[in-house]
Amino acid sequence: MSTSASHTQETAILQAEDLPRLLEALHARRYQVIGPTLSDNAVVLEEIRSVSELPVGWTDEQEGGVYRLKRREDEAYFGYGVGPRSWKQFLNPPNLRLWRARRENGNLQFMLDSQEAPKMAFLGVRPCELEAIAVQDRVFLGKGYIDPVYAERRASLLIIVVQCAQASGTCFCASMGTGPRAESGYDLALTEVIDRRTHHFLVETGSERGADLLQEIPHAPATDAQIAQAWEISRQTARQQSRTMHVEGLKELLYRSYEHPHWEEVGARCLTCGNCTMVCPTCFCMTVEDSVDLGGRNAERRRRWDSCFMMDFSYITGGSVRYSPSARYRQWLTHKLATWHDQFGVSGCVGCGRCITWCPVAIDLTEEVRAFQGKVRGSKEKTHENA
Amino acid sequence: MEVARKPKLAVWKFASCDGCQLSLLDCEEELLTIAGAVEIAYFPEASRAVLKGPYDISLVEGSITTPHDAERIHQVRRASKFLVTIGACATAGGIQALRNFRDVREFHRVVYASPHYIETLNKSTPIADHVFVDFELRGCPINKHQLVEALNALLHGRKPNTPAHSVCTECKRRGIVCVMVANGTPCLGPVTHAGCGALCPAYHRGCYGCFGPKESPNPASLADWWSRHGASDPQLVRLFRSFNAYAEPFRRESEAHEQSSS
Ligand code: SF4
Ligand code: SF4
Ligand code: SF4
Ligand code: SF4
Repeated sequence: MSTSASHTQETAILQAEDLPRLLEALHARRYQVIGPTLSDNAVVLEEIRSVSELPVGWTDEQEGGVYRLKRREDEAYFGYGVGPRSWKQFLNPPNLRLWRARRENGNLQFMLDSQEAPKMAFLGVRPCELEAIAVQDRVFLGKGYIDPVYAERRASLLIIVVQCAQASGTCFCASMGTGPRAESGYDLALTEVIDRRTHHFLVETGSERGADLLQEIPHAPATDAQIAQAWEISRQTARQQSRTMHVEGLKELLYRSYEHPHWEEVGARCLTCGNCTMVCPTCFCMTVEDSVDLGGRNAERRRRWDSCFMMDFSYITGGSVRYSPSARYRQWLTHKLATWHDQFGVSGCVGCGRCITWCPVAIDLTEEVRAFQGKVRGSKEKTHENA
Repeated sequence: MEVARKPKLAVWKFASCDGCQLSLLDCEEELLTIAGAVEIAYFPEASRAVLKGPYDISLVEGSITTPHDAERIHQVRRASKFLVTIGACATAGGIQALRNFRDVREFHRVVYASPHYIETLNKSTPIADHVFVDFELRGCPINKHQLVEALNALLHGRKPNTPAHSVCTECKRRGIVCVMVANGTPCLGPVTHAGCGALCPAYHRGCYGCFGPKESPNPASLADWWSRHGASDPQLVRLFRSFNAYAEPFRRESEAHEQSSS
């Protein structure tokens, strides 16, 4: 956490009962508001029309391969961790038609699908997720390779961060340096403060748009004590995190470990199901599929999320180059934590913990990394790194 | 398939419930286009007209369970340019392959008044155990969109787009909340071939494995996870022993738990 604050930054207090006014202000500006809501026993991201659709009074318990909703003892609006969906669902939709073509009298006519997207406001973006969006910005908007689908959605995006007031069972942003407090890159950031005496949000503005929005909703100046209290909440959240990843020298270590026997060990547990890449907020791979109707008249092209855990992903003439599950797990882990740095200048992991929670057999990348670092107690592979 | 005349299509039935053939009839809008694109030469379920072979495309439903069928499939193969098996019976032996794990003669004695009239093989086996199969379409029953896609691909001379990856992939692309992680419901999705569009998880149920084992399946790891979460060996046997019980990866897993429970 750095302590520098942008000069435009204002802080204010928004009372919890005035939260609906924030939504009204967004709707008045014709934003489609996407935020957390309950669906199928989880907190998922969906369009929300009123604050009553937020998971008020709910929390979650997360462990490797396990997610359970639980009631809270208070009526907090944002008292839970990240759920199975990430914001990439909306910035890079999982299944999207790009164009259609029609053949008539021997002529081919192409119709490009409009990628015009609604103006979206994301409510409840967590600090790690804000970092994940920044990572995807580098992928989709970086250095001359601009993805029009992502660019269109991203351009008008308004981001309201919610600073994490509790760690989930699987996240480790503190050790990745991506949270639990975001200090820039948002329009507004809220810290929810709830106890017996008060229920309010400390609001921080991060842009002109955010500052304008704040002017439209009831707010009061924040006292130094209130600001300090919000920061203390973040520090406490960081202390709660039970998982850590030691990233120092990790890239080089993974580059040296291509033949490490631990790949086989984790490959024997991995189901190559692809869940980890689908839930990861930074994974960006997609495939393109063409289809033609039976009469051969109409064709269309779609793009869909893809994953390096699928055999087709590395299919070249003669077969897949990553045939074994261990080769596929190695691709995923080394891309996330090593080659990503060379490709995009940052880590491909922001420590959100989703891949741990949503792996059906609880494969935990922080544990796997520890095995390569030789830190697993009783590990037979301990000495390999020095070999 | 570059043929000037319309390609001849035949649909054959072996030991099966007819459900997969019905998927073809269920294609409604597409059926007319199919009928326009091919000549339906042999399809007793739909039409009495019988044209002589050879056939350009043969769709084969059902498994081999009798000595007679074990002969007949060779005739079908000889009469077909492209042989496509459809459904779990044809690709894995089907639900009737449950008998492969038991003594069939004992069933005869119990079920039939005159067991000597019954002529049947000890095992129900997939078509590919008997003849060369050009393409397998999975499912119990098959998905009609995949059937249209497979026919379409054959007619246009390209590879059918029926990915062999996990059901989980379809599940996540649809934004469905994982029933296994969020509810603790056993789900075969991570080891099962895609194709249904994650139908059961969309209705809060675990995947039953209708499309059989996916590419590089790892049932042992999944079963190990379940047993550490309280599943007994008999429960594990039942999970892997349904429509695709005799598909090798599922068969080996159920047998492993049968041995450890007996
Ligand atoms: S690799 Fe896992 S913990 Fe890291 S950002 Fe992706 S889902 Fe989150
Ligand atoms: S880890 Fe795999 S799915 Fe994710 S971005 Fe890298 S190659 Fe793509
Ligand atoms: S690590 Fe887990 S979620 Fe990822 S492919 Fe393997 S089993 Fe599936
Ligand atoms: S519900 Fe089943 S198919 Fe869907 S992600 Fe979970 S394990 Fe996979």
